[in-house]
Amino acid sequence: MNEILINNVEKVFKTPGGNVVALKDINLTIKEGEFVCLLGPSGCGKSTLLNAVAGFQPPSAGEIVIEGKKILAPGPDRGMVFQEYALFPWMTVGQNIAFGLEIQKKEKAEIDLTVNQLLDLLHLKDFRDRFPKDLSGGMRQRVAIARVLALDSPIMLMDEPFGALDALTRRNLQDELLRIWEKLGKTILFVTHSIEESIYLADRIVVMTYRPGTVKRDQYVDMPRPRDPSSAAFNDLKRELGRLVMEEQQRHANDELKLAAVD
Amino acid sequence: MQKLKDFAHGALVPVLLLLLWEAGSRFGLFSAVLLPSPTAVAIKWWAYLLPMQPQEAGQSTLAWMLSGELLHDAYSSLYRVIAGFIIGAGLALPLGLLMGASPRIYDLFNPLMQILRPIPPIAYIPLAILWFGLGNPPSFFLIAIGAFFPVLMNTIAGVRQVDGIFLRAARNLGVNQWTMFTRVILPAATPYILAGVRIGIGTAFIVVIVSEMIAVNDGLGFRILEAREFMWSDKIIAGMITIGLLGLAIDTAVSRLNNHLLRWHRGLEH
Ligand SMILES: Nc1ncnc2c1ncn2[C@@H]1O[C@H](COP(=O)(O)OP(=O)(O)OP(=O)(O)O)[C@@H](O)[C@H]1O
Ligand SMILES: [Mg+2]
Repeated sequence: MNEILINNVEKVFKTPGGNVVALKDINLTIKEGEFVCLLGPSGCGKSTLLNAVAGFQPPSAGEIVIEGKKILAPGPDRGMVFQEYALFPWMTVGQNIAFGLEIQKKEKAEIDLTVNQLLDLLHLKDFRDRFPKDLSGGMRQRVAIARVLALDSPIMLMDEPFGALDALTRRNLQDELLRIWEKLGKTILFVTHSIEESIYLADRIVVMTYRPGTVKRDQYVDMPRPRDPSSAAFNDLKRELGRLVMEEQQRHANDELKLAAVD
Repeated sequence: MQKLKDFAHGALVPVLLLLLWEAGSRFGLFSAVLLPSPTAVAIKWWAYLLPMQPQEAGQSTLAWMLSGELLHDAYSSLYRVIAGFIIGAGLALPLGLLMGASPRIYDLFNPLMQILRPIPPIAYIPLAILWFGLGNPPSFFLIAIGAFFPVLMNTIAGVRQVDGIFLRAARNLGVNQWTMFTRVILPAATPYILAGVRIGIGTAFIVVIVSEMIAVNDGLGFRILEAREFMWSDKIIAGMITIGLLGLAIDTAVSRLNNHLLRWHRGLEH
Protein backbone atom coordinates (compact mmCIF):
# COMPACT_ATOMS: atom_id res chain seq x y z
CA MET A 1 0.00 0.00 0.00
CA ASN A 2 3.03 2.26 0.35
CA GLU A 3 3.21 3.19 -3.26
CA ILE A 4 4.63 6.56 -4.10
CA LEU A 5 2.66 8.28 -6.85
CA ILE A 6 4.43 11.19 -8.46
CA ASN A 7 1.95 12.93 -10.73
CA ASN A 8 2.95 15.65 -13.19
CA VAL A 9 5.35 17.13 -10.71
CA GLU A 10 6.98 20.39 -11.61
CA LYS A 11 9.28 22.52 -9.49
CA VAL A 12 10.29 26.05 -10.39
CA PHE A 13 12.77 28.01 -8.30
CA LYS A 14 12.47 31.76 -8.53
CA THR A 15 15.93 33.27 -8.45
CA PRO A 16 17.17 36.80 -9.07
CA GLY A 17 18.64 35.54 -12.33
CA GLY A 18 15.24 34.28 -13.52
CA ASN A 19 13.24 31.11 -13.00
CA VAL A 20 14.97 27.77 -12.80
CA VAL A 21 12.81 24.86 -13.88
CA ALA A 22 14.33 22.11 -11.75
CA LEU A 23 11.65 19.49 -12.39
CA LYS A 24 9.14 19.15 -15.21
CA ASP A 25 6.51 16.54 -16.11
CA ILE A 26 7.73 13.94 -13.68
CA ASN A 27 5.42 10.93 -13.59
CA LEU A 28 6.50 7.90 -11.63
CA THR A 29 4.77 5.15 -9.73
CA ILE A 30 7.08 3.50 -7.24
CA LYS A 31 5.72 0.22 -5.99
CA GLU A 32 5.84 -0.99 -2.42
CA GLY A 33 9.12 -2.71 -1.65
CA GLU A 34 10.78 -1.41 -4.79
CA PHE A 35 14.38 -0.21 -4.72
CA VAL A 36 14.56 2.76 -7.10
CA CYS A 37 17.66 4.78 -7.93
CA LEU A 38 17.50 8.33 -9.26
CA LEU A 39 20.48 8.82 -11.52
CA GLY A 40 21.71 11.93 -13.25
CA PRO A 41 24.43 14.55 -13.42
CA SER A 42 24.86 17.22 -10.80
CA GLY A 43 22.10 19.82 -10.84
CA CYS A 44 19.51 17.73 -12.68
CA GLY A 45 17.03 17.90 -9.80
CA LYS A 46 17.54 14.61 -7.96
CA SER A 47 17.62 16.24 -4.54
CA THR A 48 14.74 18.49 -5.48
CA LEU A 49 12.59 15.46 -6.26
CA LEU A 50 13.66 13.67 -3.10
CA ASN A 51 12.95 16.77 -1.01
CA ALA A 52 9.52 16.99 -2.56
CA VAL A 53 8.76 13.38 -1.63
CA ALA A 54 10.16 14.01 1.85
CA GLY A 55 7.84 17.02 2.12
CA PHE A 56 10.49 19.69 2.66
CA GLN A 57 9.80 21.54 -0.57
CA PRO A 58 6.37 20.95 -2.07
CA PRO A 59 6.24 20.91 -5.88
CA SER A 60 5.12 24.04 -7.73
CA ALA A 61 2.64 21.98 -9.71
CA GLY A 62 1.45 18.39 -9.66
CA GLU A 63 1.29 16.24 -6.58
CA ILE A 64 2.92 13.43 -4.70
CA VAL A 65 0.56 10.92 -3.15
CA ILE A 66 1.37 8.20 -0.66
CA GLU A 67 -1.35 5.95 0.76
CA GLY A 68 -3.99 8.16 -0.79
CA LYS A 69 -2.66 11.25 0.96
CA LYS A 70 -1.07 14.20 -0.75
CA ILE A 71 2.35 14.99 0.72
CA LEU A 72 2.49 18.47 2.22
CA ALA A 73 4.91 18.16 5.13
CA PRO A 74 7.78 15.97 6.29
CA GLY A 75 7.01 13.03 8.51
CA PRO A 76 8.48 9.92 10.07
CA ASP A 77 6.72 7.68 7.56
CA ARG A 78 9.37 8.78 5.07
CA GLY A 79 12.71 8.52 6.84
CA MET A 80 15.43 10.46 5.10
CA VAL A 81 19.15 9.81 5.10
CA PHE A 82 20.86 13.06 4.25
CA GLN A 83 23.95 13.42 2.16
CA GLU A 84 25.51 15.47 4.98
CA TYR A 85 24.67 12.76 7.56
CA ALA A 86 22.86 15.40 9.67
CA LEU A 87 23.51 13.55 12.92
CA PHE A 88 22.88 15.64 16.00
CA PRO A 89 26.39 16.27 17.30
CA TRP A 90 25.21 16.87 20.88
CA MET A 91 23.69 13.40 21.09
CA THR A 92 25.63 10.18 21.42
CA VAL A 93 25.25 7.48 18.78
CA GLY A 94 22.66 5.74 20.96
CA GLN A 95 20.74 8.94 21.60
CA ASN A 96 20.72 9.82 17.91
CA ILE A 97 19.18 6.47 17.06
CA ALA A 98 16.72 6.65 19.94
CA PHE A 99 15.56 10.20 19.25
CA GLY A 100 12.90 9.36 16.69
CA LEU A 101 11.43 6.75 19.01
CA GLU A 102 11.41 9.11 21.99
CA ILE A 103 9.42 11.55 19.91
CA GLN A 104 6.89 8.80 19.31
CA LYS A 105 6.73 8.34 23.09
CA LYS A 106 7.71 4.70 22.95
CA GLU A 107 8.45 2.78 26.16
CA LYS A 108 12.01 3.10 27.42
CA ALA A 109 12.55 -0.67 27.37
CA GLU A 110 11.29 -0.91 23.81
CA ILE A 111 13.54 1.93 22.70
CA ASP A 112 16.56 0.26 24.31
CA LEU A 113 15.78 -2.99 22.58
CA THR A 114 15.42 -1.39 19.15
CA VAL A 115 18.57 0.69 19.58
CA ASN A 116 20.58 -2.36 20.60
CA GLN A 117 19.32 -4.36 17.66
CA LEU A 118 20.24 -1.58 15.26
CA LEU A 119 23.68 -1.14 16.82
CA ASP A 120 24.17 -4.84 16.24
CA LEU A 121 22.85 -4.77 12.72
CA LEU A 122 25.13 -1.92 11.68
CA HIS A 123 28.18 -3.03 13.67
CA LEU A 124 28.11 -0.01 15.94
CA LYS A 125 27.95 -1.83 19.29
CA ASP A 126 31.12 -0.35 20.69
CA PHE A 127 30.17 3.19 19.76
CA ARG A 128 26.87 3.59 21.50
CA ASP A 129 28.11 6.23 23.92
CA ARG A 130 30.40 8.07 21.55
CA PHE A 131 29.60 11.45 20.04
CA PRO A 132 29.50 11.81 16.25
CA LYS A 133 32.70 13.89 16.27
CA ASP A 134 34.60 10.76 17.28
CA LEU A 135 33.34 8.68 14.35
CA SER A 136 34.68 8.15 10.87
CA GLY A 137 32.59 9.11 7.83
CA GLY A 138 31.49 5.53 7.25
CA MET A 139 30.38 5.10 10.85
CA ARG A 140 28.46 8.36 10.79
CA GLN A 141 26.70 7.21 7.68
CA ARG A 142 25.76 3.95 9.39
CA VAL A 143 24.39 5.87 12.38
CA ALA A 144 22.33 8.01 10.01
CA ILE A 145 20.92 4.86 8.44
CA ALA A 146 20.26 3.33 11.86
CA ARG A 147 18.44 6.48 12.93
CA VAL A 148 16.08 6.15 10.01
CA LEU A 149 15.70 2.39 10.42
CA ALA A 150 14.68 3.01 14.04
CA LEU A 151 11.66 4.90 12.76
CA ASP A 152 10.73 1.74 10.92
CA SER A 153 9.24 3.92 8.23
CA PRO A 154 7.92 1.98 5.25
CA ILE A 155 9.67 4.38 2.89
CA MET A 156 13.34 5.33 3.01
CA LEU A 157 14.67 8.30 1.10
CA MET A 158 18.42 8.40 0.66
CA ASP A 159 20.27 11.33 -0.89
CA GLU A 160 23.69 10.21 -2.12
CA PRO A 161 24.25 8.54 1.24
CA PHE A 162 27.50 6.88 0.24
CA GLY A 163 28.85 9.75 -1.84
CA ALA A 164 31.68 10.72 0.49
CA LEU A 165 32.99 7.25 1.27
CA ASP A 166 35.97 5.28 0.05
CA ALA A 167 35.27 2.39 -2.34
CA LEU A 168 35.59 -0.39 0.23
CA THR A 169 33.40 1.17 2.91
CA ARG A 170 30.96 2.04 0.22
CA ARG A 171 30.64 -1.53 -0.99
CA ASN A 172 30.22 -2.74 2.59
CA LEU A 173 27.43 -0.29 3.25
CA GLN A 174 25.76 -1.09 -0.06
CA ASP A 175 25.71 -4.76 0.90
CA GLU A 176 24.38 -3.95 4.35
CA LEU A 177 21.67 -1.79 2.85
CA LEU A 178 20.62 -4.55 0.46
CA ARG A 179 20.55 -7.01 3.34
CA ILE A 180 18.35 -4.70 5.40
CA TRP A 181 16.11 -3.95 2.47
CA GLU A 182 15.60 -7.63 1.69
CA LYS A 183 14.95 -8.40 5.33
CA LEU A 184 12.61 -5.52 6.13
CA GLY A 185 10.94 -4.99 2.77
CA LYS A 186 11.18 -1.22 2.62
CA THR A 187 10.46 0.98 -0.34
CA ILE A 188 13.69 2.83 -1.11
CA LEU A 189 14.22 5.90 -3.23
CA PHE A 190 17.94 6.32 -3.56
CA VAL A 191 19.73 9.24 -5.20
CA THR A 192 23.14 8.71 -6.72
CA HIS A 193 25.27 9.99 -9.54
CA SER A 194 27.27 6.76 -9.64
CA ILE A 195 26.08 4.53 -12.49
CA GLU A 196 27.78 1.50 -11.02
CA GLU A 197 26.14 2.06 -7.65
CA SER A 198 22.71 2.32 -9.21
CA ILE A 199 23.14 -0.93 -11.16
CA TYR A 200 24.53 -2.71 -8.12
CA LEU A 201 21.58 -1.72 -5.95
CA ALA A 202 18.40 -0.97 -7.83
CA ASP A 203 15.38 -2.84 -9.12
CA ARG A 204 14.82 0.13 -11.31
CA ILE A 205 16.90 3.09 -12.38
CA VAL A 206 15.35 6.42 -13.30
CA VAL A 207 17.76 8.47 -15.39
CA MET A 208 17.02 12.18 -15.32
CA THR A 209 17.71 14.94 -17.82
CA TYR A 210 19.43 18.17 -16.96
CA ARG A 211 17.32 21.37 -16.83
CA PRO A 212 14.53 20.91 -16.90
CA GLY A 213 14.75 17.71 -14.89
CA THR A 214 12.58 15.12 -16.62
CA VAL A 215 12.65 11.35 -16.82
CA LYS A 216 14.99 10.37 -19.64
CA ARG A 217 14.91 6.61 -19.13
CA ASP A 218 13.02 4.33 -16.79
CA GLN A 219 15.21 1.25 -16.71
CA TYR A 220 14.42 -2.02 -14.91
CA VAL A 221 17.36 -4.14 -13.78
CA ASP A 222 16.68 -7.85 -13.97
CA MET A 223 19.95 -9.24 -12.69
CA PRO A 224 19.92 -11.53 -9.65
CA ARG A 225 21.65 -10.29 -6.52
CA PRO A 226 24.40 -10.19 -5.45
CA ARG A 227 25.35 -8.60 -8.72
CA ASP A 228 28.77 -8.99 -10.16
CA PRO A 229 30.14 -5.67 -11.42
CA SER A 230 32.53 -7.53 -13.71
CA SER A 231 29.80 -9.51 -15.49
CA ALA A 232 28.92 -8.82 -19.11
CA ALA A 233 25.29 -7.91 -18.42
CA PHE A 234 26.37 -5.46 -15.73
CA ASN A 235 28.83 -3.78 -18.04
CA ASP A 236 26.44 -3.62 -21.01
CA LEU A 237 23.95 -1.78 -18.86
CA LYS A 238 26.69 0.38 -17.43
CA ARG A 239 27.78 1.41 -20.93
CA GLU A 240 24.21 2.12 -22.00
CA LEU A 241 23.43 4.22 -18.93
CA GLY A 242 26.81 5.89 -19.18
CA ARG A 243 25.92 7.09 -22.64
CA LEU A 244 22.63 8.55 -21.42
CA VAL A 245 24.18 10.29 -18.44
CA MET A 246 27.02 11.57 -20.59
CA GLU A 247 24.58 13.31 -22.93
CA GLU A 248 23.07 15.14 -20.00
CA GLN A 249 26.46 15.84 -18.51
CA GLN A 250 27.38 17.43 -21.82
CA ARG A 251 24.32 19.70 -21.71
CA HIS A 252 25.26 20.60 -18.18
CA ALA A 253 28.80 21.47 -19.25
CA ASN A 254 27.51 23.54 -22.19
CA ASP A 255 25.24 25.39 -19.80
CA GLU A 256 28.12 26.17 -17.51
CA LEU A 257 30.11 27.46 -20.45
CA LYS A 258 27.24 29.70 -21.47
CA LEU A 259 26.95 30.97 -17.92
CA ALA A 260 30.66 31.62 -17.82
CA ALA A 261 30.38 33.56 -21.08
CA VAL A 262 27.59 35.72 -19.62
CA ASP A 263 29.73 36.47 -16.57
CA MET B 1 58.47 17.51 36.17
CA GLN B 2 57.34 19.39 33.10
CA LYS B 3 54.37 20.69 35.08
CA LEU B 4 56.66 21.95 37.79
CA LYS B 5 58.76 23.72 35.18
CA ASP B 6 55.70 25.33 33.60
CA PHE B 7 54.56 26.46 37.02
CA ALA B 8 57.94 27.94 37.84
CA HIS B 9 57.95 29.68 34.48
CA GLY B 10 54.51 31.19 35.06
CA ALA B 11 55.34 32.23 38.62
CA LEU B 12 58.53 34.00 37.65
CA VAL B 13 57.15 37.46 36.88
CA PRO B 14 54.68 37.68 39.81
CA VAL B 15 57.31 36.52 42.31
CA LEU B 16 59.86 38.97 40.98
CA LEU B 17 57.36 41.80 41.22
CA LEU B 18 56.44 40.84 44.77
CA LEU B 19 60.12 40.77 45.76
CA LEU B 20 60.71 44.22 44.26
CA TRP B 21 57.63 45.55 45.99
CA GLU B 22 58.69 44.02 49.34
CA ALA B 23 62.20 45.39 48.98
CA GLY B 24 60.87 48.81 48.03
CA SER B 25 58.66 48.85 51.12
CA ARG B 26 61.49 47.74 53.41
CA PHE B 27 63.79 50.45 52.14
CA GLY B 28 61.03 52.99 52.67
CA LEU B 29 60.55 53.76 48.98
CA PHE B 30 56.74 53.83 49.34
CA SER B 31 54.64 55.26 52.14
CA ALA B 32 53.37 52.38 54.28
CA VAL B 33 49.97 54.05 54.45
CA LEU B 34 49.50 54.36 50.70
CA LEU B 35 51.22 51.15 49.62
CA PRO B 36 51.83 48.64 52.40
CA SER B 37 54.32 45.83 51.84
CA PRO B 38 53.17 42.45 50.49
CA THR B 39 53.79 40.84 53.87
CA ALA B 40 51.60 43.43 55.54
CA VAL B 41 48.87 42.73 53.00
CA ALA B 42 49.24 38.98 53.50
CA ILE B 43 49.00 39.35 57.26
CA LYS B 44 45.93 41.53 56.90
CA TRP B 45 44.39 39.04 54.44
CA TRP B 46 44.94 36.24 56.94
CA ALA B 47 43.37 38.27 59.75
CA TYR B 48 40.48 39.14 57.46
CA LEU B 49 40.02 35.44 56.72
CA LEU B 50 40.05 34.25 60.34
CA PRO B 51 36.99 34.39 62.61
CA MET B 52 36.54 37.75 64.32
CA GLN B 53 34.93 36.49 67.54
CA PRO B 54 36.15 33.68 69.78
CA GLN B 55 34.19 30.45 69.36
CA GLU B 56 30.89 30.67 71.22
CA ALA B 57 29.40 27.94 73.33
CA GLY B 58 27.16 25.75 71.17
CA GLN B 59 28.69 26.95 67.91
CA SER B 60 30.18 24.18 65.79
CA THR B 61 33.86 24.49 64.98
CA LEU B 62 33.19 24.53 61.25
CA ALA B 63 30.65 27.32 61.54
CA TRP B 64 33.09 29.25 63.67
CA MET B 65 35.95 28.77 61.21
CA LEU B 66 33.76 30.06 58.42
CA SER B 67 32.54 33.07 60.38
CA GLY B 68 35.39 35.35 59.31
CA GLU B 69 34.65 38.64 57.63
CA LEU B 70 36.33 37.71 54.35
CA LEU B 71 34.32 34.55 53.86
CA HIS B 72 31.14 36.34 54.77
CA ASP B 73 31.88 39.09 52.26
CA ALA B 74 32.89 36.67 49.54
CA TYR B 75 29.76 34.66 50.17
CA SER B 76 27.56 37.78 50.02
CA SER B 77 29.12 38.91 46.76
CA LEU B 78 28.89 35.46 45.22
CA TYR B 79 25.28 35.15 46.30
CA ARG B 80 24.43 38.45 44.61
CA VAL B 81 26.27 37.53 41.43
CA ILE B 82 24.48 34.21 41.18
CA ALA B 83 21.03 35.50 42.07
CA GLY B 84 21.32 38.52 39.75
CA PHE B 85 22.77 36.41 36.99
CA ILE B 86 20.00 33.84 37.21
CA ILE B 87 17.38 36.58 36.96
CA GLY B 88 19.09 38.29 34.01
CA ALA B 89 20.01 35.15 32.10
CA GLY B 90 16.70 33.52 32.97
CA LEU B 91 14.91 36.36 31.18
CA ALA B 92 17.43 36.63 28.35
CA LEU B 93 17.47 32.97 27.39
CA PRO B 94 13.80 32.44 26.45
CA LEU B 95 13.58 35.88 24.87
CA GLY B 96 16.75 35.20 22.88
CA LEU B 97 15.46 31.82 21.73
CA LEU B 98 12.23 33.40 20.53
CA MET B 99 13.94 36.39 18.91
CA GLY B 100 16.43 34.13 17.19
CA ALA B 101 13.80 31.75 15.91
CA SER B 102 11.10 34.19 14.81
CA PRO B 103 11.82 37.23 12.64
CA ARG B 104 8.48 38.71 13.72
CA ILE B 105 9.33 38.56 17.40
CA TYR B 106 12.80 39.81 16.59
CA ASP B 107 11.42 42.88 14.80
CA LEU B 108 9.09 43.48 17.70
CA PHE B 109 11.76 43.56 20.41
CA ASN B 110 14.93 44.49 18.60
CA PRO B 111 14.47 48.31 18.51
CA LEU B 112 13.93 48.42 22.27
CA MET B 113 16.91 46.15 22.91
CA GLN B 114 19.16 48.26 20.69
CA ILE B 115 18.25 51.39 22.65
CA LEU B 116 18.68 49.80 26.05
CA ARG B 117 21.79 47.77 25.31
CA PRO B 118 24.32 50.63 25.14
CA ILE B 119 23.27 51.97 28.56
CA PRO B 120 25.90 50.69 31.00
CA PRO B 121 24.42 48.93 34.04
CA ILE B 122 26.15 51.54 36.23
CA ALA B 123 23.89 54.20 34.74
CA TYR B 124 20.91 52.42 36.27
CA ILE B 125 22.22 52.99 39.82
CA PRO B 126 20.08 56.07 40.59
CA LEU B 127 16.94 54.36 39.30
CA ALA B 128 17.85 51.14 41.08
CA ILE B 129 18.01 52.96 44.40
CA LEU B 130 14.80 54.89 43.71
CA TRP B 131 12.93 51.77 42.75
CA PHE B 132 14.37 49.22 45.10
CA GLY B 133 15.77 51.22 48.00
CA LEU B 134 18.77 49.75 49.79
CA GLY B 135 19.86 46.17 50.42
CA ASN B 136 20.09 43.31 47.95
CA PRO B 137 17.28 44.15 45.49
CA PRO B 138 19.04 47.05 43.71
CA SER B 139 22.15 44.86 43.42
CA PHE B 140 20.13 42.04 41.90
CA PHE B 141 18.56 44.48 39.49
CA LEU B 142 21.88 45.94 38.34
CA ILE B 143 23.57 42.56 38.03
CA ALA B 144 20.61 41.16 36.12
CA ILE B 145 20.90 44.00 33.64
CA GLY B 146 24.62 43.40 33.31
CA ALA B 147 24.07 39.71 32.59
CA PHE B 148 20.99 40.13 30.43
CA PHE B 149 22.39 41.61 27.25
CA PRO B 150 25.41 39.38 26.66
CA VAL B 151 23.26 36.30 27.13
CA LEU B 152 20.48 37.73 24.96
CA MET B 153 22.69 38.73 22.04
CA ASN B 154 24.57 35.45 22.04
CA THR B 155 21.43 33.39 22.29
CA ILE B 156 19.95 35.19 19.28
CA ALA B 157 23.15 34.69 17.31
CA GLY B 158 23.33 31.06 18.45
CA VAL B 159 19.82 30.25 17.30
CA ARG B 160 20.37 31.97 13.98
CA GLN B 161 23.46 29.98 13.15
CA VAL B 162 21.78 26.62 13.76
CA ASP B 163 22.38 24.61 10.61
CA GLY B 164 19.13 24.14 8.68
CA ILE B 165 20.05 20.51 8.09
CA PHE B 166 19.43 19.75 11.79
CA LEU B 167 16.00 21.33 11.60
CA ARG B 168 15.15 19.30 8.53
CA ALA B 169 16.44 16.10 10.07
CA ALA B 170 14.37 16.76 13.18
CA ARG B 171 11.24 17.54 11.19
CA ASN B 172 11.78 14.37 9.24
CA LEU B 173 11.85 12.44 12.52
CA GLY B 174 8.55 14.08 13.40
CA VAL B 175 9.36 16.54 16.21
CA ASN B 176 6.83 19.11 17.38
CA GLN B 177 7.61 22.77 18.00
CA TRP B 178 8.46 22.31 21.67
CA THR B 179 10.81 19.38 21.13
CA MET B 180 12.44 21.29 18.30
CA PHE B 181 13.30 24.07 20.77
CA THR B 182 14.38 21.95 23.69
CA ARG B 183 16.16 19.07 21.99
CA VAL B 184 17.47 20.63 18.79
CA ILE B 185 17.68 24.43 18.70
CA LEU B 186 18.76 24.89 22.31
CA PRO B 187 21.59 22.33 22.26
CA ALA B 188 22.70 23.42 18.79
CA ALA B 189 22.95 26.99 20.08
CA THR B 190 24.74 26.05 23.32
CA PRO B 191 28.26 26.97 22.21
CA TYR B 192 27.10 30.53 21.54
CA ILE B 193 24.90 30.69 24.61
CA LEU B 194 27.72 29.55 26.88
CA ALA B 195 30.04 32.14 25.39
CA GLY B 196 27.36 34.68 26.32
CA VAL B 197 27.09 33.20 29.80
CA ARG B 198 30.79 33.65 30.30
CA ILE B 199 30.70 37.29 29.23
CA GLY B 200 27.53 37.80 31.28
CA ILE B 201 29.09 36.38 34.45
CA GLY B 202 32.09 38.64 33.91
CA THR B 203 29.85 41.68 33.62
CA ALA B 204 27.82 40.54 36.64
CA PHE B 205 31.01 40.34 38.64
CA ILE B 206 32.00 43.90 37.74
CA VAL B 207 28.54 45.17 38.53
CA VAL B 208 28.33 43.40 41.90
CA ILE B 209 31.44 45.19 43.16
CA VAL B 210 30.10 48.57 42.05
CA SER B 211 26.64 47.92 43.40
CA GLU B 212 28.06 46.97 46.79
CA MET B 213 29.73 50.33 46.98
CA ILE B 214 26.37 52.05 47.08
CA ALA B 215 23.50 50.15 48.61
CA VAL B 216 24.60 47.44 51.04
CA ASN B 217 26.87 46.99 54.03
CA ASP B 218 28.66 43.78 53.32
CA GLY B 219 30.34 42.15 50.35
CA LEU B 220 33.80 42.66 48.90
CA GLY B 221 32.93 45.90 47.11
CA PHE B 222 31.55 47.38 50.31
CA ARG B 223 34.56 46.21 52.33
CA ILE B 224 37.21 47.87 50.23
CA LEU B 225 35.29 51.15 50.15
CA GLU B 226 34.84 50.96 53.90
CA ALA B 227 38.56 50.29 54.34
CA ARG B 228 39.35 53.44 52.40
CA GLU B 229 37.51 55.55 54.96
CA PHE B 230 39.92 54.29 57.60
CA MET B 231 42.89 54.57 55.25
CA TRP B 232 43.45 50.82 55.60
CA SER B 233 45.20 50.35 52.33
CA ASP B 234 46.40 46.88 53.38
CA LYS B 235 42.79 45.82 53.72
CA ILE B 236 41.87 47.44 50.42
CA ILE B 237 44.53 45.42 48.66
CA ALA B 238 43.61 42.26 50.58
CA GLY B 239 40.02 42.79 49.45
CA MET B 240 41.08 43.35 45.88
CA ILE B 241 43.07 40.15 45.90
CA THR B 242 40.03 38.33 47.23
CA ILE B 243 37.96 39.83 44.40
CA GLY B 244 40.54 38.51 41.96
CA LEU B 245 40.49 35.05 43.51
CA LEU B 246 36.71 34.92 43.55
CA GLY B 247 36.58 36.04 39.92
CA LEU B 248 39.07 33.37 39.00
CA ALA B 249 37.06 30.76 40.87
CA ILE B 250 33.86 31.76 39.09
CA ASP B 251 35.50 31.76 35.70
CA THR B 252 37.07 28.37 36.35
CA ALA B 253 33.71 26.97 37.39
CA VAL B 254 32.02 28.35 34.26
CA SER B 255 34.80 27.03 32.11
CA ARG B 256 34.45 23.57 33.66
CA LEU B 257 30.72 23.69 33.07
CA ASN B 258 31.45 24.77 29.51
CA ASN B 259 33.74 21.82 28.89
CA HIS B 260 31.23 19.43 30.33
CA LEU B 261 28.24 20.74 28.38
CA LEU B 262 30.23 20.99 25.16
CA ARG B 263 31.99 17.65 25.42
CA TRP B 264 30.29 16.74 22.14
CA HIS B 265 31.69 19.78 20.39
CA ARG B 266 34.31 19.38 17.70
CA GLY B 267 36.32 22.46 18.58
CA LEU B 268 37.00 21.26 22.12
CA GLU B 269 39.90 18.92 22.69
CA HIS B 270 40.82 18.17 26.26
N1 LIG C 1 16.59 26.64 -3.34
C1 LIG C 1 16.92 26.76 -4.65
N2 LIG C 1 16.84 27.96 -5.27
C2 LIG C 1 17.18 28.09 -6.56
N3 LIG C 1 17.59 27.08 -7.34
C3 LIG C 1 17.70 25.88 -6.79
C4 LIG C 1 17.37 25.65 -5.43
N4 LIG C 1 17.58 24.34 -5.14
C5 LIG C 1 18.00 23.79 -6.30
N5 LIG C 1 18.06 24.69 -7.30
C6 LIG C 1 18.45 24.43 -8.67
O1 LIG C 1 17.68 23.36 -9.13
C7 LIG C 1 18.48 22.46 -9.87
C8 LIG C 1 18.39 21.08 -9.30
O2 LIG C 1 19.04 21.05 -8.05
P1 LIG C 1 19.23 19.74 -7.19
O3 LIG C 1 19.87 20.12 -5.91
O4 LIG C 1 17.93 19.02 -7.11
O5 LIG C 1 20.26 18.94 -8.10
P2 LIG C 1 20.89 17.49 -7.85
O6 LIG C 1 20.49 16.66 -9.00
O7 LIG C 1 20.54 17.01 -6.50
O8 LIG C 1 22.44 17.81 -7.95
P3 LIG C 1 23.67 17.20 -7.10
O9 LIG C 1 23.97 15.86 -7.72
O10 LIG C 1 24.76 18.17 -7.33
O11 LIG C 1 23.24 17.10 -5.69
C9 LIG C 1 19.89 22.99 -9.87
O12 LIG C 1 20.13 23.58 -11.11
C10 LIG C 1 19.90 24.02 -8.77
O13 LIG C 1 20.72 25.09 -9.13
MG1 LIG D 1 21.67 16.67 -4.64
